[in-house]
Amino acid sequence: MGRMTELPTKGGFSFDLCTRNDMLLKNGLQMPPFRKTGTTIVGLVFQDGVVLGADTRATEGPIVADKNFEKIHFMAPNIYCCGAGTAADTEAVTDMVSSQLQLHRYATGRESRVVTALTLLKSHLFSYQGHVSAALVLGGFDVTGPHLHTVYPHGSTDTLPFATMGSGSLAAMSVFESKYREGLTREEGIELVAEAICAGIFNDLGSGSNVDVCVITEGKTEYLRNYQLPNPRTYISSKGYTFVKGQTEVLSTKITSIQPKVEAVEGGDAMEE
Amino acid sequence: MALRGDWMYENNGGTCVAIAGIDYCVVAADTRLSVGYNILTRDHSKICSLADKVVLASSGFQGDIRALHKNLAARHLLYQHQHNKQMSCPAMGQLLSNTLYYKRFFPYYAFNVLGGLDNEGKGCVFTYDAVGSYERVGYSTQGSGSSLIMPVLDNQLKSPSPLLLPARDAVTPLSETEAVDLVKDVFASATERDIYTGDKLEIVVINASGIKREYLELRKD
Repeated sequence: MGRMTELPTKGGFSFDLCTRNDMLLKNGLQMPPFRKTGTTIVGLVFQDGVVLGADTRATEGPIVADKNFEKIHFMAPNIYCCGAGTAADTEAVTDMVSSQLQLHRYATGRESRVVTALTLLKSHLFSYQGHVSAALVLGGFDVTGPHLHTVYPHGSTDTLPFATMGSGSLAAMSVFESKYREGLTREEGIELVAEAICAGIFNDLGSGSNVDVCVITEGKTEYLRNYQLPNPRTYISSKGYTFVKGQTEVLSTKITSIQPKVEAVEGGDAMEE
Repeated sequence: MALRGDWMYENNGGTCVAIAGIDYCVVAADTRLSVGYNILTRDHSKICSLADKVVLASSGFQGDIRALHKNLAARHLLYQHQHNKQMSCPAMGQLLSNTLYYKRFFPYYAFNVLGGLDNEGKGCVFTYDAVGSYERVGYSTQGSGSSLIMPVLDNQLKSPSPLLLPARDAVTPLSETEAVDLVKDVFASATERDIYTGDKLEIVVINASGIKREYLELRKD
């Protein structure tokens, strides 16, 4: 005899449809591509805090889906996180941890710490076994000082003085490895980050458009959106375009007139029936 | 990586466009050569001058494209020796089609657009698939950015259906400068949205006075 008890929802992904999806793929179904961010994201520690940087291109395969996408996400007033990988995953995971941090701030009455954000992110990503495709550069300044970490989709983390992630990470890292040193000033830090992101923008096809920078120091965070715009459109026709009626061929026309409006009765008692 | 298993090709990206006018032909292609997410060079020409009045633009696998251009140039030289004249655009069109079909079972991974002037001096554009199916048209585009560009050309250069009778001219009534302006604008737009198109645009204009080359800087990201 079968007992119909409701299993408690355990959270995590449900893999029930996997066999059916595999069958569909075998029969030739084209899955829509995920929007990935391609991406170059970087972070470095300088003498007074951390600087984070990111490009602004979001791609869907070979097509640019968004030319000015924000990849530096808010986690806490003193903690920001750059995200590479599947755009939906980076947004969702940073929003979720940001909310958790806020609740934690209310519960503890203290400023959030970067290691807290780090632990929340890594345990979430580990529990999803890499299916949440988010590669993050987490940086911030708390009571224990400046911190910079990288978080990988499977849940591992590194603590580094300078870090790069995304498809443009090699191009950016080549800049950091040549020019990074301890004790950079704020201006030097921002310039180096911008140079690393530009290396990704110009040498990696998955990254492009503009440079976003975020500087986090003790008690102050500056989010410099579109710090550099090195890619203006090179040509625009001065003639412009006019679209006259008839330019796009009308193949057929069908007109269906709208039904005459039903008169509304004043003081109708429909609700009381 | 490219030779994993038996996969013999590689796509080096890029986009080509050609527009036929009343007494000119514009052929344009970007100069970016890429593989995967990397740029190999920002300054590689995809356009080959085959004859006085014939220019070929190809995108796809550059290894095959180099071989194809070399093959056609050699055949053209032979033709000149045998017939004591340059090949006309329609003749070259047929030769290209035959060359591509010759390798029907191990194709040239090349997407071609042939442009030039026909025997009457009118603009002439032929568009091809990888195995040689071709058609004379008023304008065409091939390559990674082609699906971004073709609808705009369809809208601006309304080409009459080839099925209409009496046969209507497919060439555009636009002037040469207007056509070049359209090509520049359309490439700048394709560069915004296609990661494989960019760096520089090479524009070749063929008219009665010969072949003229022009360049336009495109976004490098």
